[in-house]
Amino acid sequence: MRFYRTFKTAMRALRRNVMRAALTTLGIVIGVAAVIAMMEIGNGSALAIQHTIATMGAYNLMVFPGNALLAGISTGTGGNMMLTPGDVDAILTDCPSVAAAAPVVWAHAQAVYNNLNWQPGSLLGTTPAFLDVRDWSEMAQGSSFTDRDVRNCSKVCVIGQTIVKMLFQDESPIGKQIRLMNVNFKVVGVLKAKGANMMGADQDDIILAPWTTIKYRVSSTSSSTVTVTTTSANILPSQLYPPAQASLYPVPSASQQTDTPQPVRFSNVSQIMVEARSADEVQSAIDEITALLRERHHVRAGMPEDFTIRDMTEMVRTMSSTTELMTTLLLIVAAISLVVGGVGIMNIMLVSVTERTREIGLRMAVGAQSDDILHQFLTEAIVLCMIGGAVGIALGRTVSILVRLIKHWPTAVSLGAIVVAVAVSVLVGVLFGFYPAWKASRLDPIDALRYE
Amino acid sequence: MALLELHEVCKTYHLGEMDLQVLKGVTLSVAQGEMVALMGASGSGKSTLMNILGCLDRPTSGEYWLDGKEISGASANERAKLRNQLIGFVFQSFNLLSRTSALENVCMPLTYGVECVPEHEMHARAREMLCKVGLSERMNHQPSQLSGGQQQRVAIARSLINRPPLLLADEPTGNLDSRTSEEILQMFKDLNEREGLTIILVTHDPEVALHAKRTIRIRDGLIAGEAEGGGEEKLR
Repeated sequence: MRFYRTFKTAMRALRRNVMRAALTTLGIVIGVAAVIAMMEIGNGSALAIQHTIATMGAYNLMVFPGNALLAGISTGTGGNMMLTPGDVDAILTDCPSVAAAAPVVWAHAQAVYNNLNWQPGSLLGTTPAFLDVRDWSEMAQGSSFTDRDVRNCSKVCVIGQTIVKMLFQDESPIGKQIRLMNVNFKVVGVLKAKGANMMGADQDDIILAPWTTIKYRVSSTSSSTVTVTTTSANILPSQLYPPAQASLYPVPSASQQTDTPQPVRFSNVSQIMVEARSADEVQSAIDEITALLRERHHVRAGMPEDFTIRDMTEMVRTMSSTTELMTTLLLIVAAISLVVGGVGIMNIMLVSVTERTREIGLRMAVGAQSDDILHQFLTEAIVLCMIGGAVGIALGRTVSILVRLIKHWPTAVSLGAIVVAVAVSVLVGVLFGFYPAWKASRLDPIDALRYE
Repeated sequence: MALLELHEVCKTYHLGEMDLQVLKGVTLSVAQGEMVALMGASGSGKSTLMNILGCLDRPTSGEYWLDGKEISGASANERAKLRNQLIGFVFQSFNLLSRTSALENVCMPLTYGVECVPEHEMHARAREMLCKVGLSERMNHQPSQLSGGQQQRVAIARSLINRPPLLLADEPTGNLDSRTSEEILQMFKDLNEREGLTIILVTHDPEVALHAKRTIRIRDGLIAGEAEGGGEEKLR
């Protein structure tokens, strides 16, 4: 009840001088608004930076086949042809930390269009999931090839900006045919420009096609290990048309089939690209994939793996240090603005105490105890800070929304910032309101009444 | 029975090395229902005495009996309580809260009372007091909208809201013209006669002192003389 009376007295005192109250609050309003706006814009920026680094492939893991020793001669990474498309499917279904996975088949071939030719930096056979892994799903023109194309060995491809420049110049490449190793590929999509990677290699100098097509129709490097029904990587025109094939190779009889069992169609891929769900899950993804592939490849316990997994350690470190830097920066800015706001409150409260000396003397003369005065001024300061905090939150949100609408900057609502801002504004009210309130309560009523 | 009694009250201020004795043993007694004028030139110790009487300050030595209690040793908080319950103050410069209605001004002392008075009762009592001082028409006016005399009447209503037995008026007419002064003094007289309120008027103006039934003169920290009414003082 006594608290309620003090509260009412404080509110009445504040109402008596709205202008002064508003000015006092201004410091906190700006402080809290700055904190909220900074936090939201900063959080958004941090997310955007994280996203950018993620597009550079920070969450990416690359699974390479391991080393193979052939008569004491090491083949280096990739010598062992153990990775299969089945591994990709297994990784996708059995590793919860993995967001996407795609097989990659490397090939080297000259690309020809009309009278122009170009040696693409990378010619990769893969699945549409590759674009998800590399955060490259948005196309500049056309669309990606599909899983159906992968199953059908369709002769379609997606090309990067450099290829467009080199082969098509001003033409639109969509629907045109380019030749790779004498195989015609229809261009169905053009990738958005991605620029150079961290090592300076041009990432746009790329041709993507279904891995089956590259594997069975283009790639000559690994054709010897591929056991397929075709005897050559190059396609005979007759094979494209089943009727012609039927006439060339008569259907074998049942006894012929049992005599010559078809080997299991085994095909290896050069590499598996994997994307972890987040930076934190990169390590768990590595562990899961290791366990899974060891099991699938029948690697005995204690034996070295027949594959290696590489992650973007450097990039992940860059990302976490960037995020840390942003957070620290924001905290410092927030702390400074709140201290400035608090000092503002203290200033005006001190001025207010001086200005209201006679009022304080009068209140004491009619029976206010020093605690009453202390509580009144403290309550005033806290109420001002809380109002300031509320207005500041509204203002800060408005600013961050405006920034998002006008500048198209990403912002993220930060509930933590709001809670902290309110808590800190009350704390600032108590801390910086205490000294003036204490000063007021120490006044001698005789001097205070005579104060001019 | 005496409402207040001072016995050999001394007050010494310590100003650095030097001790300044302002009151040098004042013995004084004011009965319930008296109207006393306290006179003295500036520097005579009049204000100090008034502060001690008003429980704003405490004597260095001596006894102060107020309402049957010895309070010379009371703590600041106890004195605040005494001021709230037993003493009404009227000041020369009115000391009203600016930008606050007359009604709220009058209510103010109630918020520091021992018992909690609900808001509607606070307002009822304040209205009653304002009617008593003849300001029933101007309850919601702010001090800046009131004349000096009206402001002083608001201040009187405020001093009476806790129904104290003692009213201390420090130069209550110092800022008023003579006609308004007359009205205010008449109001004190009425309050004294009708309600039996004990009033101590602190003044240096003999005209004002004339309204009191008894005049006490102070000179150099001592009671220099007492007189009935405003008449010639009889020397001790």
